[in-house]
Amino acid sequence: MANGAALEQNTSALWGGGRQPFGASYGKMMMWFFLLSDALTFSGFLTAMGLYRFKYEETWPVAEDVFTHFPLLHGEHPLLFVALMTFILILSSVTMVLAVNAGHKNNHNGVVLWMGLTIIGGFMFLGSQAWEWSHFISGDKGAIQLKDNTVVYLTKVGSEGEILSVYELVTGEEKPHGDHTEFSTGDVVSAFGLNTDVTLRYPGKAETTMPRAEAVKAFESAKVIQGANLRENEYGNVLFADFFFFVTGFHGTHVFSGVVLNIIVFINVLMGTYKQRGHYEMVEKVGLYWHFVDLVWVFVFTFFYLV
Amino acid sequence: MSEHNTSPSEHHDGPEGTAWIWKVFWILLAVTTVEVVLGIIKPEILLNPFLGTTLLNVIFIVLTIAKAYYIVAEFMHLGHERKNFIWTITLPIVILIPYLTFILLSEGGYMNVLMNQ
Repeated sequence: MANGAALEQNTSALWGGGRQPFGASYGKMMMWFFLLSDALTFSGFLTAMGLYRFKYEETWPVAEDVFTHFPLLHGEHPLLFVALMTFILILSSVTMVLAVNAGHKNNHNGVVLWMGLTIIGGFMFLGSQAWEWSHFISGDKGAIQLKDNTVVYLTKVGSEGEILSVYELVTGEEKPHGDHTEFSTGDVVSAFGLNTDVTLRYPGKAETTMPRAEAVKAFESAKVIQGANLRENEYGNVLFADFFFFVTGFHGTHVFSGVVLNIIVFINVLMGTYKQRGHYEMVEKVGLYWHFVDLVWVFVFTFFYLV
Repeated sequence: MSEHNTSPSEHHDGPEGTAWIWKVFWILLAVTTVEVVLGIIKPEILLNPFLGTTLLNVIFIVLTIAKAYYIVAEFMHLGHERKNFIWTITLPIVILIPYLTFILLSEGGYMNVLMNQ
């Protein structure tokens, strides 16, 4: 009993206010709890995507076939651009740690330098994401949507499933880089009728090619789609596009608000607010948020682009 | 009252200098490079079924969790906080996320089976 009483006294001394039972200030602790809840939100989105991916396994696009472009480079370069985006975000995370580190040493100029670089990294990432989105929205080769909303690609008979662009089917020439001509369904249907060596193939892992006769039949009441939005997606199942916009968009919103918070704290640093306060813990708090954004991207990268 | 709201967190000594930061950076960069290279070449031998998916995917997930560990423990400094705080933050994550993942993925697989009947 004596022990219990002693313990009670200690507890009230520890938790009764005026102390930090976790060794972390109120603000830092609350940032951690917010990030904890945000991590659960993101895992909800990613696992929901997993649910539909498992459900529509056959028509789910393979990400390497979707995101194949790199600025100023011709041809197909899967994964390269997202790898660059990951690199930018990791690097801006490093500059953020360096800013926090400089803050611990009350090194004012160090904090200014590293926070400034972190903000630049944030803008570079946002710009890359805008580029990625615009390419996804405007699309690449185009596809055909069948009556039951299945999306299929054009392919030549016996070409082992290599995708033929809508542009090439209609004009007979290879699609130039960055071309965004929109073709009407009527044009594509008549071109398909003329090119008797062209058939249809299902996207995703199955990659089954239809016999020409079946393809001609399927082409009745078909519709041409170029690019992706919330209602149609030339790369396969439309839910892939929905989750792409939603998950990367939600992450992008986090990056954007992270940049805004970083700018606010950066201005405070410049004005000497934290120098006067005697510590740079505010830099540490926004730093936590910024690292979290990087952490989420690590998972988005894996579950959207790699797996 | 106002004092403990504004006073900074107690300082937990992490490693001195900035060398550790760059060390973590190189680890993260190396792991990402391995992931990208594996993602591009997709070695045939790693595409065999393994634990309900492929060995390659299992490697990707393990590498991702390794990266997450370094970001949280070192960059976010959680590894140098007090033990009670570390567990307060990590336990809900470690329990809830695998649970949710298990439920949703197994149900997704079941929906696929029903749909294809």
